[in-house]
Amino acid sequence: MAEQQTPIPEADVVWMEEPEMGFWESTFLPAIFGGLRNSLRHVTDFHPVTQQYPEEKPDLPLHYRGVHRLNRDDQGRVKCVACMMCSTACPARCIDIVAEEAPKDDPLWTDRDKRPKSFVIDELKCIYCGMCEEACPVDSIELTSIYDLTGFTRAEMKFDKEKLLDVYDKTKDNPRDPIRTHRGILGPASAFATLPTVGPATQVPQGDKSANSPTSGVIGH
Amino acid sequence: MTWTFFLTTIITIGVAFGGLMGTIAYLILVERRLAAFIQDRYGPNRVGWAGLLQPIADGAKFLLKEDVIPGHVNKVLYILGPSIAVFTAMAGFAIIPFGPVDQAPSWMRFVIAPNVDIGMVYIFCIGSLGVYGVILGGWASNNKYSSLGSMRASAQVVSYEIPLGMSIIGVVLLTGSLNLNTILEHQASQGFIGWNIWTQPLALLIFFVSALAETNRLPFDLSECEQELVGGFHTEYSSMKFALYFLGEYAHIITVCFLTIILFFGGWHFPFIAEADSAYLGATLVKVLVLLTKVLMVILLIMFIRWTIPRFRFDQLMNLAWLGLIPMAAVNILVVMTAKQFDWPLWTLTVGSFAIFIAAGLIGTSGKFVVGEQSVDFGESPEGHVHAH
Repeated sequence: MAEQQTPIPEADVVWMEEPEMGFWESTFLPAIFGGLRNSLRHVTDFHPVTQQYPEEKPDLPLHYRGVHRLNRDDQGRVKCVACMMCSTACPARCIDIVAEEAPKDDPLWTDRDKRPKSFVIDELKCIYCGMCEEACPVDSIELTSIYDLTGFTRAEMKFDKEKLLDVYDKTKDNPRDPIRTHRGILGPASAFATLPTVGPATQVPQGDKSANSPTSGVIGH
Repeated sequence: MTWTFFLTTIITIGVAFGGLMGTIAYLILVERRLAAFIQDRYGPNRVGWAGLLQPIADGAKFLLKEDVIPGHVNKVLYILGPSIAVFTAMAGFAIIPFGPVDQAPSWMRFVIAPNVDIGMVYIFCIGSLGVYGVILGGWASNNKYSSLGSMRASAQVVSYEIPLGMSIIGVVLLTGSLNLNTILEHQASQGFIGWNIWTQPLALLIFFVSALAETNRLPFDLSECEQELVGGFHTEYSSMKFALYFLGEYAHIITVCFLTIILFFGGWHFPFIAEADSAYLGATLVKVLVLLTKVLMVILLIMFIRWTIPRFRFDQLMNLAWLGLIPMAAVNILVVMTAKQFDWPLWTLTVGSFAIFIAAGLIGTSGKFVVGEQSVDFGESPEGHVHAH
């Protein structure tokens, strides 16, 4: 039986000792006055980090998930093919879709089979997780950067198809909410030719033991 | 005679009480804004210009909020708690002179109760009664957090009453009176060098630290520390009853700041502009303003300390009082008594104060005087440096 070892090799352990307290340190006066000077410096040299919200709009990150929109294709039709993937993926069950057959006699809809008759998202139930966006095979449902969603009644917070298309019309020219795909053909799963390379989520420093180990997260030799 | 005396008293109480209440309301705003500035925020700046109407909004809210009395509390004591807190704080203010008392206009005095010869004793009596508000409130709340908060408050106040009382004995001995106004005039008559801070700097330090502990301010606010005790003794209090606790605490702070200035910084005296014999037009007003400015400075210092020094642990709190402040205060009294007995010059007291402080610091370093790299041994160091491996 080997002796019980620490998970960290002995060479990596640095033993520290509490530094001895000097005379002034043990009176605490230099620390107190240093601290007071530090506090005072924040008052005299005042650089607030607060955003004065209604006057000053926040600069949200580009991946912020706000109100949904239903995208239009290049002919102005709703992209949605009523496949129910989003409402299936939705953990909050806030998407309610009723599908219908596309009118074959209408020249605008000849190349489409199915479309949503009604498409209602309850914005109060939604947890803005973005799973609907992930699930959508035709890049129809997307989350915009609109964050100031308010209303007086519960009924008006249920966004129907017209309202969601209206959100698209309002946000499509906003550089923060670009139209992700310009593909006009509503092909199967938006046929990507190649998958984009995915970089690491965070920068890992050279010599990081955890990242270089065969099983990430476990520090070994 | 008695009728005018009565009227004057009523006017003085009105002015002092109204002034105190208004000051407290705005001090809370000042504290919130200052705290925000120290933490790189703006603080309340929406109500009125730069947030100046915030205290009125706060007051209205406190008054109009539903006053919840939880079902599990002892109703009588629950209501008595904040009442005692606010009453003692107000009563303590009664003998604080807020201006040059003997130059006051005929229609008002600069102190509510003049010529109280037991001045300091009265203030400490009333001040230590204030802790009953905290204890009763915490106990009546029938809540573990509240009881823990009030237990801590009682232990803390019992400990810090002693150095608080002992620290001012030196000042009282030097003046020969407990009357606050006499102490003040004694300093003012000797000019700038007569201020007690020059002869009793250590007493000032002990007094100020103990006073912070007495008023339950950070770094000594263990009785209401949010991280451990939810809200401490006032966990169960809401609306106006909570506001009363707050009011009492702030009134206590103002009293303590007045005491600091009157006992150690010459009260309304300031060289050249407010001397004891200056009698130019408006001199009285200038003296009042000097006193209030000094007091405001101390209040601002206390606020800065609140956002600078982290809270003490409970054993550290007790150690500071029993191992630090009380011995230092005792030796300080001894030095003052010796100097008085043998008619030593006053500067010996200053030297004595610093000597005591240095000695305490040396004991704190386990008998080692570290100057840069060299360490000078002052006796045996205890076996406390066992290596970890």
